[in-house]
Amino acid sequence: MGEREYDASYQAPPAETGEMELVHAETFIGKYIWSQDAKVIAIQYMLTATAIGLVALALSIVMRLQLGFPDTFSLIDPAEYLQSVSMHGMIMVVYLLTAFFLGGFGNYLIPLMCGTRDMVFPYLNMLSFWFYLVSVLILAAGFFVPGGSTGAGWTLYPPQSISEGTPGVDGGIITMLVSLMVFIAGFTMGGLNYVVTVLQARTRGMTLMRLPLTIWGIFMATVMALLAFPALFVACLMLLFDRLLGTSFFMPEMLGVTQDVAREGGSPVLFQHLFWFFGHPEVYIVALPAFGIVSDLIATHARKNIFGYRMMVWALILIGVLSFVVWAHHMFVSGMNPYFGFLFATTTLIIAVPTAIKVYNWVLTLWRGNIRFTLPMLFAIGFLFTFLNGGLSGLFLGNVTVDVPLSDTYFVVGHFHMVMAVAPILVIFGAIYHWYPKITGRMLNVPLGQIHFWVTFLGTYLIYYPMHFIGLEGVPRRYYAYGETTFISDSVQSLNAFITIAAIVVALAQLLFLFNIVWSYYRGREAGDNPWHATTLEWQTAETPPPHGNFGKELPVVYRWPYDYCVPGVKADFIPQNVPPQAVERDS
Amino acid sequence: MTRQDTTHWSDEGTMTGDTLAARSPEASIKRMMADWSSDQRVFKQVPWGKAMMWAFILSDIFIFGCFLIAYMTVRITSTEPWPNAAEVFALQVGGEYVPLLLIAIMTFVLISSSGTMALAVKYGYERNRLATTLLLLLTSLLGASFVGMQAFEWTKLIEDGVRPWANPWGAAQFGATFFMITGFHGAHVSFGVLFLIIMTVKVARGSLDKERPGFLTGRKGNYEMVESLGLYWHFVDLVWVFIFAFFYLW
Repeated sequence: MGEREYDASYQAPPAETGEMELVHAETFIGKYIWSQDAKVIAIQYMLTATAIGLVALALSIVMRLQLGFPDTFSLIDPAEYLQSVSMHGMIMVVYLLTAFFLGGFGNYLIPLMCGTRDMVFPYLNMLSFWFYLVSVLILAAGFFVPGGSTGAGWTLYPPQSISEGTPGVDGGIITMLVSLMVFIAGFTMGGLNYVVTVLQARTRGMTLMRLPLTIWGIFMATVMALLAFPALFVACLMLLFDRLLGTSFFMPEMLGVTQDVAREGGSPVLFQHLFWFFGHPEVYIVALPAFGIVSDLIATHARKNIFGYRMMVWALILIGVLSFVVWAHHMFVSGMNPYFGFLFATTTLIIAVPTAIKVYNWVLTLWRGNIRFTLPMLFAIGFLFTFLNGGLSGLFLGNVTVDVPLSDTYFVVGHFHMVMAVAPILVIFGAIYHWYPKITGRMLNVPLGQIHFWVTFLGTYLIYYPMHFIGLEGVPRRYYAYGETTFISDSVQSLNAFITIAAIVVALAQLLFLFNIVWSYYRGREAGDNPWHATTLEWQTAETPPPHGNFGKELPVVYRWPYDYCVPGVKADFIPQNVPPQAVERDS
Repeated sequence: MTRQDTTHWSDEGTMTGDTLAARSPEASIKRMMADWSSDQRVFKQVPWGKAMMWAFILSDIFIFGCFLIAYMTVRITSTEPWPNAAEVFALQVGGEYVPLLLIAIMTFVLISSSGTMALAVKYGYERNRLATTLLLLLTSLLGASFVGMQAFEWTKLIEDGVRPWANPWGAAQFGATFFMITGFHGAHVSFGVLFLIIMTVKVARGSLDKERPGFLTGRKGNYEMVESLGLYWHFVDLVWVFIFAFFYLW
């Protein structure tokens, strides 16, 4: 792209709204506990999500030890294995990834990047976090109720999730469902804030097409979450009634044939439809913020404007819309009408088009860029590889005929861990390395970060690549032990042991990362206001970390898009968004 | 936040040639494009509270949509016959069974309350404190009587033997869906009544005229809050129309 011309006589229009009313707290509790400052709420979200995420990480190690060395360790019995699977999945998808991206980065970045002082309704925003915390506590309480947490898998399919014989049917399933409903209520409060802040409270000069892609990603994900979580809410409420009140929304007639139950006439497939109407958009609720953030990381650290900004925005919107009409590709073997399978396979493959556009644009942004292999950049490139590989195996699973034999095998486990578990997590790491200097005022330690990246990135492949082969051999997932199964070869067992060792190493590397976070907070190098020479508004604040209210007396005025890097004819290799055309120093 | 532009009330009466041209489809699309590509705000003149209420309503539409679709699915897949609404919801008046009598009154009451709410919003923008207070009070009374009648209906059905897990006439899912969905809607109405009462007190005390800070949020009060609450109330009424159609007329 050539030089972007800006009208030198351009004056930003006057402010349409008055100053935001902010409640300035004086006490420690008001500032850091019951805080109405979006940045503090963001950090509260991040810390809570990390805490519960570590629990899920520990669960995964326990599962891997069982799978890798079934005869050596006796940490868990079969019921506890199923409970670990279920809790690991639900925590990682909802309580870690969703909360971290939207509650964490959403709260921190939306007001700063849009140039506002705070979210439009700070009090509601605060409530949102406390609902989230309560939901996490209820979820964790599931470990301690009689019978333990639910072992129904993270999809909670009825009738087995509420039938006798499934672990956690006494209390665990109830705490899980209640926790999800509280989470959804809390998220709605936050989500309404994010949407209205982006739409209605931007600073002067900040048009929608001048928003950083990070905000576009978070915004679209929030809109999707507001429309997808209702389906989960309804499914949870109905399942809760089935469990507690003896209704039979999901309890089928067939159940009476094998078990002595009084309930009949319900539709288990209805639950699957409701669940996946939430569940598939949920994949993109996690992925879209990652897409947005990675675009900004790549542009900033390659010192180049993002390739095809408009196309990136429209791809985000298109993915968001399409993701609502692909849900039944999770249900090809559920017994629904086979014609549905054809329809949903088609929409699923169509969604690969905007996704591919995004991947091409990231690569083309890197193409001949002035790439700096900083830690955020490493993680962004790591994301590209991981997401691409995970996405390609998604094309296999999106086709009905290929999916049917691969259903419920380790191929599926490998696929979704690559594409929606590890890929977004890599972006979260990259984003933390990128914005930590703004949040704390100090840089993270680079050598520690390098070790963290290479172990995590390569470890990902050592863990999940073999799973694809195990899956192709037909090894089913969610089994505690395989014993003497004729079709499973010995090499599968050795691969499982290998995966387990890799997983333990990767988990230990995450402890290194946590150490880096704590250590750098006290001993890290001073970062200054704009260590990456980035253009977006959060790096232009007068103070680092930004105080309550974000900006000084005057809100910044925006004159340009967020990707003015290496503009020809300009002295500096970047022009912040709030620099007017007249103030740009040009080569004489 | 700027005050809502209230001049559009008078616009309605005197529509000139210019305003007609400004309302043509082309002009509307151009204006919409201009708004979406402008800075600061997409929806000009729309205060934050109102924008948020619309977003909330969109989300809530998906909740009720999922409920109603789930109800239809359950009703279609049920193996037992579905109870006949005309008989189940009949009231005995002077020895005669009148079908849908109570529900007709309930619907009438709730729809009327939408009218009083709309008037309350209008008088609010005209800064007519007394009329706004009385109309909000009337709306909350109508809403409360709706919830009361619903409680009466539930009691009667429970006396007839309808339970979430069984009923005397057929598919068990009848009671389950009925109690769940009307209960969820009733909870919406009840919360609406609660907020209406709070708003009535605010208006009566003049908190909105004096822009007194709210009890919890510390934000200044204004009459746009009445309109936002009104949006919620109309939405709850609209949902009732669908519930009425799907449960009582199908």
